[in-house]
Amino acid sequence: MHASLVVSGLNKVYEGSGRRVEAVRDLTFTVEAGELVCLVGPSGCGKTTLLKCMGGLLTPTAGEVRLNDRPVSGPPPGMAFVFQEYGRSLFPWMRVRENVELPLKQKPLSKARRRELVMDALESVGLTDAAGAYPWQLSGGMQQRVAIARALAYEPAVLLMDEPFAAVDAQTRADLEDLVRGLWRERGITILFVTHDIDEAVYLGERVLILSASPTVVQEQLKVDLPDERDQLHTRVAPRFAELRTHVYEQIQAAKRGGTDAGPPEKTLT
Amino acid sequence: MRLFLLRLFFVVALPALLVALWWLASDGSTNVYWPPLRTILRTFPDVWTSERLRSDLVPSVLRLLAGYAAAAVVGVALGTVIGSYRRVRAVCEPVLEFLRAVPPPVLVPVIMLFAGIGDTMKIAVIASGCVWPILLNTVEGVRAVDSVMAETARSYGITGVARLRSVVLRAASPQIFAGLRQALSIGIILMVISEMFAASNGLGFTIVQFQRSFAIPDMWTGILVLGLLGFLLSVVFQLVERRVLGWYHGLRAVSRRSP
Amino acid sequence: MRGANAALGAAGLAAFLALGEAVPRLGLVKEAYFPPTSRIADALGQEVTDHAFWTALGDTLTGWALGLAIAVGAGVVVGLLVSVVPHLREATASTIEFLRPIPSVALIPLAVLLYGTELRSVLLLVVYASFWQVLVQVLYGVQDVDPVAEETARSYGLGPWARVRHVLWPTALPYVMTGVRLAAAVALILAVTAELVIGAPGLGARIAVAETSQAVPDMYALVVVTGLLGLLINVGARTVERRALAWHQSVRGEVMV
Repeated sequence: MHASLVVSGLNKVYEGSGRRVEAVRDLTFTVEAGELVCLVGPSGCGKTTLLKCMGGLLTPTAGEVRLNDRPVSGPPPGMAFVFQEYGRSLFPWMRVRENVELPLKQKPLSKARRRELVMDALESVGLTDAAGAYPWQLSGGMQQRVAIARALAYEPAVLLMDEPFAAVDAQTRADLEDLVRGLWRERGITILFVTHDIDEAVYLGERVLILSASPTVVQEQLKVDLPDERDQLHTRVAPRFAELRTHVYEQIQAAKRGGTDAGPPEKTLT
Repeated sequence: MRLFLLRLFFVVALPALLVALWWLASDGSTNVYWPPLRTILRTFPDVWTSERLRSDLVPSVLRLLAGYAAAAVVGVALGTVIGSYRRVRAVCEPVLEFLRAVPPPVLVPVIMLFAGIGDTMKIAVIASGCVWPILLNTVEGVRAVDSVMAETARSYGITGVARLRSVVLRAASPQIFAGLRQALSIGIILMVISEMFAASNGLGFTIVQFQRSFAIPDMWTGILVLGLLGFLLSVVFQLVERRVLGWYHGLRAVSRRSP
Repeated sequence: MRGANAALGAAGLAAFLALGEAVPRLGLVKEAYFPPTSRIADALGQEVTDHAFWTALGDTLTGWALGLAIAVGAGVVVGLLVSVVPHLREATASTIEFLRPIPSVALIPLAVLLYGTELRSVLLLVVYASFWQVLVQVLYGVQDVDPVAEETARSYGLGPWARVRHVLWPTALPYVMTGVRLAAAVALILAVTAELVIGAPGLGARIAVAETSQAVPDMYALVVVTGLLGLLINVGARTVERRALAWHQSVRGEVMV
């Protein structure tokens, strides 16, 4: 079930109609098995490009992504993707139950097992009652829960989340953050969580990867030494939390200025 | 209950008024071309006996359904292929735009050359007229499948037939139905005029026969039957559409409320 | 990208024409039924030097334009009236739903009896068919009016006429344009149908004559002409639609994609 992700020398250049855009310059980092890593960076720094390369949705121009020592050349079966645009990622012609079940139909599973996985996943995100509804009948936060349930039911070893909560309101967002952390601790999935929200990155992650402005390199890797038990009320007011987020904030400001005055790649605040 | 009665009143009032007007205005009419409605209605059961329905209405409807179904299958299949590949689309586009623009009725004399004047000709005429709106709308629908949906399907390994059936065709279905709706009215036009051109039975044939033999009230009943047929087919179409596209109308209603 | 697409399209068109040449030449279908492209082109060349051809084209265009104009005018006026007068929308809904799907070709025998091969025969069919296209779009358009905008206008004391001009009409305009585009295509179909079946003068009648006199290449040439006419009308209507609505969101979005 546990899986590690290794990104080495990743480079992605978009070419089209005479223009050449280097979205990602040279990225190297590792996500250990069972880890929850957050990726932050200034907007437009190629976070989504990176994630799509990792998910096998885009082919990198150079470098490679390895999942459990096997190179990723297309969407690997043990990986699930949660998109920011939940409204466009869920299929509006299917009910919630069918949306969650659809990917499972590609796996050699019995009908009973499929149904069990669907109901279990929906229960995990607290949406058992909404199984028969259409996604567009639900609120934004609930729709993103459905997308998360769909990923859970798929039983992935790695979960890639691309700014999943950018489009929901603050209260819902806090609930969903706790949901993700809870699921991570419960199921031991390796999670790579992309966000532009510094607080969110520090609150959720075991480790925070700070990316530079485009063309993107890893600016800094930061270990988050907050306790495992976190909650919205106490964690966010802890002095350590404030220090960490100030540090991340400064790094991102530095990244925006284009300075690469980052220290050694792995560094713990002292 | 009061609301229901009010709604019923709105549904029935104007049609009733119009029929009454027609009845009164035509009553005692001596103009041969505008016989009294009373006469038309009296003629109706004499003309449209069950035997006549069997010999004229049924063949017409069967031809229409055969041609329409053929056009739907070919149009959706080809449209899916063309819509899925950008290059194929670029190659086919000008030719398709031209073929679509040809007014379908001019196909009748052309297809008569190949297929004579039998049922094959009529079915071919209907199919070749109906296929273009279905084909082009399918191309448009398949082309416009949302990029996030497509990536979601890919990332979950939904490929091949499953992708086609559960994602692509469903996402394109509102467009496909728009094409099917246009095709239905074209199909009825072609059904009628292909029978007017050359046939020994069918609604179009019968109505023209009445007109040529100056059986004016009979001709009027024929017009009524054609109108009713058009109306009924549209009702059936709407029922099917509401079933298949229920999600789409719901989605639109929701997004209209909160733009 | 655009240039590449155009090149591919031209290649497709060339292949289509070459196929039309090769299939009858190779004897895959009888040349008598399906003349090769070059012979159709010859026949087309002869047609365009014939004065009668231009008269026929003019007749078809007259029937089309006149019918379309009447249908658009009537559709817009009736549509706005039905939407503005209270309860009229509900009262007319069932009647419209019933009359709209009635195929206009059902009126052919009536047109023959009443007007013979006159222009009015063509107009009857064209107007009946295209009127509904416009009317229904106008009704959709008015339905789409933002209730907030409507209430704002009302709260500032705008009278019914001013509301129609400044709120209803601008909102409905894109829909009306769509209706006009659809109606333009339908009007051509019905104009040609009337000429073909009833024998009113025009391209359709010319096709019928070519058919009965076994002038197969000429018939194909005329079919090509009607296709080009249809193409011109479609492209023209789309251009007008885009021009007139350059400011409108739905069109801007379409252009961007």
